[in-house]
Amino acid sequence: MSDALKVVFGRRYRFAASHRLHTEELSEAENSRVFGKCNNRFGHGHNYVVEIHVSGPVDPVTGMIVNLTELDRFVEREVIEPFDHKSLNEDVEAFRTKVPTTENLCKEIYGRLKDFPLAKLELVRIEETSNNAFEYAG
Amino acid sequence: MVYLTRKIEFSASHLYHSPALSVEENRRIFGKCNNPHGHGHNYTLEVTVEGEPDPVTGMVLDLKELKAILEREITERMDHRFLNYEVAELKGQIPTCENIARVIWKLLEPKITQGRLHKVRLYESADIFAECCRNGASRA
Repeated sequence: MSDALKVVFGRRYRFAASHRLHTEELSEAENSRVFGKCNNRFGHGHNYVVEIHVSGPVDPVTGMIVNLTELDRFVEREVIEPFDHKSLNEDVEAFRTKVPTTENLCKEIYGRLKDFPLAKLELVRIEETSNNAFEYAG
Repeated sequence: MVYLTRKIEFSASHLYHSPALSVEENRRIFGKCNNPHGHGHNYTLEVTVEGEPDPVTGMVLDLKELKAILEREITERMDHRFLNYEVAELKGQIPTCENIARVIWKLLEPKITQGRLHKVRLYESADIFAECCRNGASRA
């Protein structure tokens, strides 16, 4: 049974950050038209929810794919510390050149977590608000 | 293919302790979950069934039927129980979210005969869950 079944462990994390959707590739008028309110030059913020899915064999002794404290420590170091209460545009290197949309944020976070050594990263889901969700699975 | 999901909730207690590990290892690996008196959660279970809608009824399966299966197989077995001691299918296993989700899959899979069980997702809290599906299945 176990071999035919895939077990995934999921964990949700939160951070709050500001961003501004703006690109040097477009004129001021185009930025304003494309990004609307999100182009406000002073930025704005969200309470982001990041859901991480990992898979792997369930350890027969512990009953776990991965110990939660190990996953928490890794995500805390790779994502929460660098992003929480930060300006994504100013404080995260990747977004100096890329627009910090939640699509790009999903890919950035996936890239930071994909080498987690204790389980396979399956998917990153980000809820920018309770009404907008984005997923990236590599 | 259409996927339908029904959600139920149940409350249960459990503790994490492995006889294969020393007292110190149990404490180190399982932390607070190793409290010998146990602790509890409000679990939320989402069960997803896949199939094509019946051309006459328009249903993959009758939700009343699914509700009855979940009541009989899961709620009666696990709700307001101590999972380590009162759920035979979990005997000898640590009742982690992963293991409970696997047991739930095993219980439900043969009972769902209209459509096919696609996925079970078990939340231990709003921020922690485990999910079971067939290897290679769609992530829907």
